[in-house]
Amino acid sequence: MRSIKLLHTSGLYAALIVMSLLVTFPLLYTFLQSFMTGEEASAYPPHFFPSGLYLGSITQVLDMVPIGTFIGNSFLTAVIITAGQVVTASLAAYAFVYIRFSGKALLFMLFLSTMMIPSEVTIIPNYLTIRSWDWLDSYQGLTIPFLASAFGVFLLRQFFLQLPRELFEAARIDGCGHIRHFARIVFPLSMPALASLSVYVFLNAWNMYLWPLLTTNSDSMRTVQIGISMLQFEELTTWNLVLTGVSLVLLPSLLLLAIGLRPLVRGITAGAVKG
Amino acid sequence: MQFSQGTIEKRRTHQKRISSQSSIHTARKKLQWREQSLGYLFLAPSIAAFVVFLFYPLVRSVYLSTHLTDPRGRIAAYVGLDNFTQLLNSSSFWNSLGVTALFALLTVPAGLVLGLITAYLTHGKLRGMKIFQWIFSMPVVLSVSTASVIWMILYHPSVGMLNYLLGLAGLPGIQWLTDPSWALVSISLMTIWMNSGFNFIILMSGMQGISEEIMDSAKIDGASPIRTLISIMIPLVSPTLFFLTIVSLMHAFQAFGQIQLLTKGGPAESTQVLVYSIYKEAFINYQFGTGSALSLVLFVIILLLTAVQFLFVEKKVHYQ
Repeated sequence: MRSIKLLHTSGLYAALIVMSLLVTFPLLYTFLQSFMTGEEASAYPPHFFPSGLYLGSITQVLDMVPIGTFIGNSFLTAVIITAGQVVTASLAAYAFVYIRFSGKALLFMLFLSTMMIPSEVTIIPNYLTIRSWDWLDSYQGLTIPFLASAFGVFLLRQFFLQLPRELFEAARIDGCGHIRHFARIVFPLSMPALASLSVYVFLNAWNMYLWPLLTTNSDSMRTVQIGISMLQFEELTTWNLVLTGVSLVLLPSLLLLAIGLRPLVRGITAGAVKG
Repeated sequence: MQFSQGTIEKRRTHQKRISSQSSIHTARKKLQWREQSLGYLFLAPSIAAFVVFLFYPLVRSVYLSTHLTDPRGRIAAYVGLDNFTQLLNSSSFWNSLGVTALFALLTVPAGLVLGLITAYLTHGKLRGMKIFQWIFSMPVVLSVSTASVIWMILYHPSVGMLNYLLGLAGLPGIQWLTDPSWALVSISLMTIWMNSGFNFIILMSGMQGISEEIMDSAKIDGASPIRTLISIMIPLVSPTLFFLTIVSLMHAFQAFGQIQLLTKGGPAESTQVLVYSIYKEAFINYQFGTGSALSLVLFVIILLLTAVQFLFVEKKVHYQ
């Protein structure tokens, strides 16, 4: 019995290690390539491990492409979208939970229905709208279409519903109005849910591809995701530089995952348990 | 005298009460009205954004789909349902539907199996599971462009890592992205990897809801880990699996970035999925009318998938 258990445990760890290597192989390859010199990277048979920690590729790629500008653009875009969604979603979720008004059920259905519209269906008209407003190549064009989402409203509504109702009644008796109740009690108490929403929205905004591809043209407004794919066409001969660029772009996301895996998991699964 | 005095007083207080009641009534009305408008005020930013960037575009898509446009996107002529009949008669449209369906078939079941295996392996309280959970979640932060660039280099026919490894195993190299019979498989492989973090997280959370006792009693009964997975774990997480199947199908039907970056729909339209056709029609050929018609086809497919999901959830609620 004991030996069977030991066999199972060691088998489990063996399986885990094999699966981990398979899943992380492309990423390990990418990171290791960024520490190689050009010659090392283009050697055949290909090396998997670099001979030393060569940092020249990083400075070289930073000189070659305005990655700093791209990262700055993506960062600002993602921050604006995240802040916008936190504000719009928490206001709407508060109204749905605490405020009495007529037509609530109907409006809630309306919010629900927006989740069924895939972005590819609205992208042509939205592109035409943004262009007619002269918002191509601008932060407005990159951010304003994404400042509200029904997903955020549902996530926060779910959380608000779980807050103790007595808190609300006590605040009302003390003469606390909705706006103060929202800003002083509900918002601060909802930090875990707001963190989930923020990490989730930030990551999606940071990784956005089709929209910035269509609406930005100049180097000064390009986001990092479009910038990184441009790299591939210009410098295919020295591809370890391309992979160095990829590593630089992945770094903020991995950092975010390191500090925010728990809230992110909560954010992602909020969609899964709504049934 | 005293008596009438009393009645007068009574009457007065009664009148007072009535007037104060009506003033309370109007005050309450006023408060209600204020509460109502506050509710709408709180919803206003979201509703405004939805109207401008979701509902209006949806209506405009329908409008555009019945018109011809010039390259600037201005309406040139009303064509009725011509855009749709043109689609139904074009082999390219049917090809792209077929390619999308095949892509879904290649990515969804494999992705579910991989997610099940990784989530099941890390389920339990053994030492080090947190680290493995972090590793398997990692691909969730990948963007489609970084993942595509990495795989473009791995797939390189002469110096790429994959053909080198095949060579070590004594196998001939593969033209991963330029051979029409391999291109969609290669795209699928990369997509399964890219989505594995998301699938892992969903299934891991689903499995966390299952009590340890059930798993332990299976162990005591001497069931092998594989048997436990098949006959206990999978039935118990079937609601999560169902949810993930629908979401994965939706993702598969919306795939775009990896195709645009790796193959541009080629070779010979073998990877031209639905969204890539929309992109090509609208933003390369500047046919916003037919592009919109195509996007409405996608809308109907997504709507049907959502309907299936709702019906299932409804059923589940009934049976419980």
